[in-house]
Amino acid sequence: MAEQEALFEYLLRLGDNALILGHRLSEWCGHAPALEEDLALSNVALDLIGQTQLWLNLAGEVEGKGRDANNLAYLRDARDFRNVLLVEQPNGDFAVTMARQFYFDAWHYLLLRELMNSTDGRVAEIAAKGLKEVTYHLERSREWVVRLGDGTEESHERMQAALDDLWMFTGELFEADEVDQEMVRRGVGPDLGALREPWLGLMRATAEEATLTLPQPGWAQRGGKRGIHSEHLGYILADLQFLQRAYPNATW
Amino acid sequence: MYAQMVKTGVDHIQSKEEMSPEERAFQERVDADIKIEPKEWMPEAYRKTLVRQISQHAHSEIIGMQPEGNWITRAPTLERKAILLAKVQDEAGHGLYLYCAAETLGVTRDELMEQLNSGKAKYSSIFNYPTLTWADIGAIGWLVDGAAIMNQVPLQRCSYGPYSRAMIRICKEESFHQRQGYDIMMKLASGTPEQKQMAQDALNRWWWPSLMMFGPSDADSVHSAQSMRWKIKINSNDELRQKFVDQTVPQAEYLGLTVPDPDLTWNAERGHYDFGKIDWDEFYQVINGNGPCNRQRLRTRVKAYEEGRWVRDAADAYAAKKAARAKAQAA
Repeated sequence: MAEQEALFEYLLRLGDNALILGHRLSEWCGHAPALEEDLALSNVALDLIGQTQLWLNLAGEVEGKGRDANNLAYLRDARDFRNVLLVEQPNGDFAVTMARQFYFDAWHYLLLRELMNSTDGRVAEIAAKGLKEVTYHLERSREWVVRLGDGTEESHERMQAALDDLWMFTGELFEADEVDQEMVRRGVGPDLGALREPWLGLMRATAEEATLTLPQPGWAQRGGKRGIHSEHLGYILADLQFLQRAYPNATW
Repeated sequence: MYAQMVKTGVDHIQSKEEMSPEERAFQERVDADIKIEPKEWMPEAYRKTLVRQISQHAHSEIIGMQPEGNWITRAPTLERKAILLAKVQDEAGHGLYLYCAAETLGVTRDELMEQLNSGKAKYSSIFNYPTLTWADIGAIGWLVDGAAIMNQVPLQRCSYGPYSRAMIRICKEESFHQRQGYDIMMKLASGTPEQKQMAQDALNRWWWPSLMMFGPSDADSVHSAQSMRWKIKINSNDELRQKFVDQTVPQAEYLGLTVPDPDLTWNAERGHYDFGKIDWDEFYQVINGNGPCNRQRLRTRVKAYEEGRWVRDAADAYAAKKAARAKAQAA
């Protein structure tokens, strides 16, 4: 794979993860369990939208075909999206949203921490900015997992079910393909496999504190990074891209 | 305005002679523009009216998240999406400040939310209209937030300290909201013919409901007179509505849009715009539950509240466990 092509793919993955998870979180606005959570979930969504702009603008620059973040977000079809399956999973109840967030935040944190040392200065710069935000995201989602796990009987059951249901989408986070390998070779990105142990360590410690049981390693759903998504993504894009598709060439 | 037709529970305005010494001292403080703070003595009717007014305002912010939230996932660019999300988030924040201000008067947020959910408490009529196109997001920012600002800027000077301070914070953000709304309208009005038509259609649908936001004429209302005496209402409804029309018509002209009122004319003698008759039947229908979205708005709110109950309970239970553990450890 050509160098630039691999970097473009890699940046799409980073940008699309932020875009789709930010979109999912924005669906909560006005429907959260308390006003404080409307505020907090929106904050995280806003951070992720901001990160989307940085990653996708850089992706467009690397691609060199004149596309910017908005072109990439609003005018690609599902098969060209590169986010992991985890982030496109529906919000479910608050426990599902927090399980999804915690699984992702912990990985995102570890990844950005490594990307800060990227040989590509542009990548390192975006990672450093993102890490500040994601450190807070992780603190928050971890606290909610503990609170719900060790809260009431009902919240415990819901939190456990959420961890179980989403577990199969976490394997994809650590599977490296030729794009990831190319990034490792060039010192742009880390060995994803090496993030698994620290991630699991955080999962185990949190599950224990939350009186929850971490699911056993099992079959991992995969495909998002190559553009093979779940059925959910098409509906996200139908919402997200509606105006750009219905009124081509308009500016907003 | 976000609190419409707030009742004061009085049937006439007391003269100084009719007042008790406490009431007289209170009124003198208000007259002298001294802020009333939560722990000070206040007439019961003042306290109750304020609770009603502040909570109506808070409820309006919370219900108001729905029509705009309706377009967050469909905003046309990443920038617009971020701005809209931040705006709706601000509204949650405004609701929060206002519930806190109301709590200083001896009610809890939960009690107020129960009143909203049961349909007992009112919120602004404007949020019972649907947002059908992206231009509606522009029109809400421009017109609805514009009307809210008209009402809220004077309330920064209101007699009750916590309300006045909440209003100062809120007004700062509202003026940003109005600008973003007008900015959306500008983009649409200078865009493609379809976009321009979308903008005109939004103005057509939101103009009259925006004028209704100020409430019916209250020139003869004893409640308004009492609220003004207490300085929790600063201007009459008609005064604010006129000011709003005078400010907004030139803005519509600048956009190249037509205000949907054939009777609208500049009256040089008065130095104001004359405008057509407002359909108050529609207003009363909407206020009394028959607007296009009343049921939907309330159902959505109740659903969020009920579905969130187990989360709030869990947070309480966890906090109690944690406190008990800390206590056990200290012992």
